[in-house]
Amino acid sequence: MGGQEESGRREGAQSCCSSGRRPQDVGPCCGGVSFALRAGAGAPATPWIEGIVATPAGGVPRVTTKLTRSDRLGGWKARWALGRMRYSVEPGLYAVGSPTSESPVFVSANHKMSLDRLRSNLDGRDGWILVLDTQGINVWCAAGKGTFGTDELVHRVQAVRLDEVVSHNALIVPQLGATGVSAHAVKERSGYTVVYGPVRAEDLPAFLDAGMKAAPGMRRVRFNVRDRLVLIPVELVMALKFVLIIATAFLVLAGLGRDGFSIGRLGTAGVGYAMLFFSAFVACCVLLPALLPWLPGRAFSTKGVWIGLIVGGASVALGAVARADVFGSWPASIGWILFVVAVASFSALNFTGATTYTSLSGVRREMRVALPLQIACAAAGVALWLVARFI
Amino acid sequence: MKQLRYLRNVSTLKLDVETCIGCGMCTIVCPHAVFVIEDSKARIVDLDACMECGACAVNCPVDAIAVRSGVGCATGVIQGALQRTEPTCGCSDKSSCC
Repeated sequence: MGGQEESGRREGAQSCCSSGRRPQDVGPCCGGVSFALRAGAGAPATPWIEGIVATPAGGVPRVTTKLTRSDRLGGWKARWALGRMRYSVEPGLYAVGSPTSESPVFVSANHKMSLDRLRSNLDGRDGWILVLDTQGINVWCAAGKGTFGTDELVHRVQAVRLDEVVSHNALIVPQLGATGVSAHAVKERSGYTVVYGPVRAEDLPAFLDAGMKAAPGMRRVRFNVRDRLVLIPVELVMALKFVLIIATAFLVLAGLGRDGFSIGRLGTAGVGYAMLFFSAFVACCVLLPALLPWLPGRAFSTKGVWIGLIVGGASVALGAVARADVFGSWPASIGWILFVVAVASFSALNFTGATTYTSLSGVRREMRVALPLQIACAAAGVALWLVARFI
Repeated sequence: MKQLRYLRNVSTLKLDVETCIGCGMCTIVCPHAVFVIEDSKARIVDLDACMECGACAVNCPVDAIAVRSGVGCATGVIQGALQRTEPTCGCSDKSSCC
């Protein structure tokens, strides 16, 4: 979307942005000023806004640079996929510190975590923040989709009447926005020069102090242990539905035996299997990101096989120790391990979407080989495990 | 990051050295240092580090770079296959906003 057809997501908002009205005259969807003004000057509607900065283009809300407990709690909830899609702010122009017409303009996405990361790293600085409408998605993902892109940037510059606010023509765009923003096209269409800032907002102070020059390290995407571990909650929650379905299936199927269906067995072995499967999945979700660089193989499906063998083997051992009737026979144990390996390999393959270095061509190549093998492995595992119940 | 390498020789990245004007935009926007500028021309020095994000091609003022860009995401490929569209990741739920 190029920002042409936006209707506010707040109550009673009308489509307004292309109507030619001044941003501050219209409903809460554009300009980024009205929702703060709605509560009356001096009583901002949002805790992270502290007053209004007057500009020739109207009042601009000033954001705080200190994150509060509610900002951190919101970020934590987003990591756990709680209200993740609603974690957005109004697109438009914001101020940080006491900016003048000479102050730099930082471009961001209307994902609250993106804005929080930016403003908390601008502590003690003066500037303008131009928040694009990316439908609440972070800069990199939105750039990949084109919502953080040339069209929206050019549109937003005009919508907030940036030329009346600043006297220069530079826009500091986060480097990862480059997938969607074409610097030369922005220059051609708006007259503004895109300066690509560092990948990480925490490098912004150093970037600014160096005269808007990024050191080579600031241009590289990392994927260190911390970057990987923060992904665990959202991966867990996203897969939870499928994991619960599979765990329930094991619970019910465990009731089957030579003598037919037994509720008693469901209560003992069934509960054991369901719990084992759930813990095996959680272990996979934690171990894969933690061990990613050290797992043999470049393909994620291969890395997942190792995790599956570790976790499947451990759960069989655990089952044997905890209660002898869970894995009563070796075909049941082997079937179980095969199934866990297939699930681990598949979830590892899915983790490609959360990484910072996989490519579409690579994922496609890997999937052509891995998916049929994973399906066969899972089917063989379940068949063996089921057969073992009747031996 | 050196440890984290994906499959070899899969990237669709192509650079037309003849067209290249050596402006260096590709070295600025690439998050994996795939390009360097040598003798006023860009050169691909690390093809296997390319994640096909497309930032270089989008920001090349003379269209000297071509890459089939998209999300390197298995879920996205599956969703795309099911919906018969390009690979798309599920992180944007249009109905939830504008």
